[in-house]
Amino acid sequence: MTAEALPHDRADAAIDVRDLHKSFGDHEVLRGIDFSVARGEVVCVIGPSGSGKSTLLRCINLLEQPTSGRVLVGGVEVTDPDVDIDAVRRRIGMVFQSFNLFPHLTVLENLTIAQRRVLRRSKAEAAEVARVNLEKVGLSEREDAYPAQLSGGQQQRVAIARSLSMGPDLMLFDEPTSALDPELVGEVLSVMRELAAEGMTMMVVTHEMSFAREVASRVVFMDGGVVVEQGPPAQVIGSPQHERTQSFLSRVLDPAATPGPHS
Amino acid sequence: MSTVTSSTRTGAPRARLTLRQKRRLSLAVQYALFVAAVVAVALVADWQTLRQNFARTEIAAEMFPEVLTVALKNTVIYTLSGFTGGLVLGVLLALMRLSSVPPYRWLAMAYIEVFRGLPALLIFLFVGVGVPLAFPGSTIPGGTVGQVALALTLVAAAYMAETVRAGIQAVPKGQTEAARSLGMSSTWALISIVIPQAFRIIVPPLTNELVLLFKDSSLVLFLGVQLGDRELTKFGRDLASTKANITPILIAGLCYLAITIPLSYLARRLEARNAKATA
Ligand SMILES: Nc1ncnc2c1ncn2[C@@H]1O[C@H](COP(=O)(O)OP(=O)(O)O)[C@@H](O)[C@H]1O
Ligand SMILES: [Mg+2]
Repeated sequence: MTAEALPHDRADAAIDVRDLHKSFGDHEVLRGIDFSVARGEVVCVIGPSGSGKSTLLRCINLLEQPTSGRVLVGGVEVTDPDVDIDAVRRRIGMVFQSFNLFPHLTVLENLTIAQRRVLRRSKAEAAEVARVNLEKVGLSEREDAYPAQLSGGQQQRVAIARSLSMGPDLMLFDEPTSALDPELVGEVLSVMRELAAEGMTMMVVTHEMSFAREVASRVVFMDGGVVVEQGPPAQVIGSPQHERTQSFLSRVLDPAATPGPHS
Repeated sequence: MSTVTSSTRTGAPRARLTLRQKRRLSLAVQYALFVAAVVAVALVADWQTLRQNFARTEIAAEMFPEVLTVALKNTVIYTLSGFTGGLVLGVLLALMRLSSVPPYRWLAMAYIEVFRGLPALLIFLFVGVGVPLAFPGSTIPGGTVGQVALALTLVAAAYMAETVRAGIQAVPKGQTEAARSLGMSSTWALISIVIPQAFRIIVPPLTNELVLLFKDSSLVLFLGVQLGDRELTKFGRDLASTKANITPILIAGLCYLAITIPLSYLARRLEARNAKATA
């Protein structure tokens, strides 16, 4: 268990997860997660495929219902059955591996539809917020394009701008660059880097070790549904303590052991 | 891959006919059979009698303009009202079918099974004869148009419900998840994200459904309708009886085809466009 001292006061945490369990049928995917993210912190979650990273993120905004345990977001217990889940989700931005832009809407409409339906903003007000965020991700000129007309990197930047348009307190990223061609990864990471520099609270599941090393305030290594090890990037990536962390990192970092671009 | 092709190639020259020669021979035989059949029909048929029965131009000329201004117009009105009603009821049934409340699901499933399992003619008779008998004094509003629209609605809804359901389920789950992550309620996510995408997927099958309804509207033949309410089939049949000639039926058939063939073509085009968009 992660009995080690937590790096900050949990009462004031942006995300606080306590003894979280999640099973799909008999398959226990999360087996007691204790973990929190402070306001303004950028936490990168790493770990092998199937270790439960996506499930953890999806339990935080209740795309999955936890089997047991508690999840607090900004001090509000989202696992309370009486909580207004739509109100909680409004404050949590989520960026998916597969972008999930709305293909029947233009870029601008992708950014305004939830503002108008959920926040009840006027058309003009929503468009204004949307344009500020498109500018931020460098896609101001593409507001009339449809998602299918954009590259993967552009689509993911639109998806980030769509989340930002709701004015979230924190952002969750689930492998935001894993579906991209290698030459498009950089543009998405640089948008995320800027967001981090502005002080956005971020939880990022990623395999981009250089991003984690450079941007993360903390790296969390998950395996088999538990947090195995966490700490500053230099410590977890630079000199991992646990054998499982070491073997995972050697697979990810050693180019000879990872499949090449031709496979 | 390369080893497989080279081994079949080395085997080929030993056969008496190459594969390509065999294919040509088979094609030639098929063409010869076709030409022989056409010639046989042309020799055997009694062209004079056929023309007398099927293609009497003076009878055809007599049908105009009523065949268009009354019969075709009524066919279109019946079909479109049935299509609209069927679509509304079909969407409702599809949503019930996908509901998390079991009784709604059961009700929708029962409706779909019953109405897909019955001949359309039976439903026409039920609406046209059964309802007035069962509820004496009550009439279905809208007269004949109302009756036909109701019968076609009941028939079409069952098929359209399944089409709409398949369309909704074909929209990737990530779309709903993205909408919910932005704080949209499940109802808003359905209305503004899922259903518009589902409709794009189901436009081709719905167009095919429209073609089927055009043809089913002919079942009005079995309801007693007034002169001004006759559609293509009844109009053609009545005239065929009075003239003792098939020409009116032929003209009515051509009117159907003038609508159904372009619609089917449109459905195939839309289908091809969808396939390209999702590829
Ligand atoms: N909806 C689901 N139903 C059943 N099993 C699931 C579901 N989602 C995830 N799993 C299982 O949970 C495990 C962890 O998945 P996931 O959280 O996606 O891992 P990661 O993101 O670390 O690759 C996997 O074994 C996966 O098959
Ligand atoms: Mg994952």
